[in-house]
Amino acid sequence: MGSKTPLYDKHVEAGARIVDFGGWDMPLHYGSQKEEHHAVRQHAGVFDVSHMTIVDLRGKRVREFLQYLVANDVARLKEYGKALYTSMLNEEGGVIDDLIIYYIGDADYRLVVNASTREKDLAWIRRQAEAFEVDVVERAELAMIAVQGPKARELAAPCIDAEYRDAALALRPFFGMEAGDWFIARTGYTGEDGWEIVMPAADVQGVWDRLLAAGVEPCGLGARDTLRLEAAMNLYGSDMDETISPLEAGLEWTVAWEPGDRDFIGRAVIEKQRASADRRRFVGLLLEDKGVLRNHQKVVVEGIGEGEITSGGFSPTIGRSIALARLPAGDYDRAQVEVRGKLLNVRIVKTPFVRNGQVRIDV
Amino acid sequence: MSELPGDLLYTNDHEWLRREDDGSVTIGITDHAATALGDLVYVELPEVGQDVEAGGEMAVVESVKAASDVYAPVAGSVAAVNEELSDDPEKINADPYGDGWIVRLEIEGLDESELMSPDAYQQLLDELDD
Repeated sequence: MGSKTPLYDKHVEAGARIVDFGGWDMPLHYGSQKEEHHAVRQHAGVFDVSHMTIVDLRGKRVREFLQYLVANDVARLKEYGKALYTSMLNEEGGVIDDLIIYYIGDADYRLVVNASTREKDLAWIRRQAEAFEVDVVERAELAMIAVQGPKARELAAPCIDAEYRDAALALRPFFGMEAGDWFIARTGYTGEDGWEIVMPAADVQGVWDRLLAAGVEPCGLGARDTLRLEAAMNLYGSDMDETISPLEAGLEWTVAWEPGDRDFIGRAVIEKQRASADRRRFVGLLLEDKGVLRNHQKVVVEGIGEGEITSGGFSPTIGRSIALARLPAGDYDRAQVEVRGKLLNVRIVKTPFVRNGQVRIDV
Repeated sequence: MSELPGDLLYTNDHEWLRREDDGSVTIGITDHAATALGDLVYVELPEVGQDVEAGGEMAVVESVKAASDVYAPVAGSVAAVNEELSDDPEKINADPYGDGWIVRLEIEGLDESELMSPDAYQQLLDELDD
């Protein structure tokens, strides 16, 4: 039996199939993963993401600390509330975790890191923080939900205290704000508009009930995975880990090379790799034959070499199978994937596959 | 959980088997299996005429979550496959014991002691629930 979020009883009540996820008892789906997926693309869905780890950093030198801790540069955060996606690297340039950083105040930042990496992340952050005299406070007592979809903000707005509602609706994408003891951010992991809302555990059951009553579909981890795959958003542990550099996981855009003298952990190693011609590609694949691409299937590029699917599955929006894959360096746009002894044809496509309800690739 | 059809035999692998009048058998996966797999998105069917061994892999059903083999509960030769599943694999979720059938096998004979009655299979499901 794993840890339970404050919404566990609500999941059971809604008919969830519960699975273990990084030590947490979480809903996989509430009947149909595909219907939940479509609800988020076309209407609105709500996910319990209370298992994710919220860490508040406070101290005079917190900005300087974050400039050392992560590959992106928090100096890019010029306005309060702005969010930054990035990764924490080890000395070898491998990804310890990917995370979101919210700029709350000059001495006050909030991080959201993965649930499955909680312990090692906290240990790493605390170790690195010592020299900067930064307080590292895990906020395990808080709950978090993600309301996602074209109707998500409209349907969730009535749940927000009237005092903050207009400001919340006015949030620009990738901004967050404090709203009393809530924190509301226009972020997500689905490729749709919506909010992620952090709140005291005591509030979350009531909010959940109101959202469901308003027609927001409860969605499980299954739909969360197919939605993020269509949006080509990386999943830690599948698309990257401590042995993989962000440059080989499609995360170069989350690395700030300038200013050149900013010394972040792992910089020296990935800087060398940046100039290397043989660094592997990280691409999107569309299956042209029938079948389903899955994690760890072998990708064969004729005359060049082999790679691997890091995240594969069926895209409910496209109706075909898609994948993210790490492939050998080279200039090519077709490959084959070995599925049960047969080679199936795939085409390399520009990601995301789907964004804001629209298919973005040529099918 | 819905009532199990009383005229079928069942396997430990959550497949069902129906004896047809012409001596062939029709095979599919049970509602329990379909529900556990979730929404099916692809079915890989064998060739008609292909021989299959008892316990051998005969088809593959893939859901949004995972791929799962369908085993031949009895040796035989593939007499027919449900081609409609190619375009509409969700028929298995919607009607696992009817439109969601997967393969029909011509067989030499059937040792029913290797298979489960509806009562025995229901008991297996009850034990899984505990």
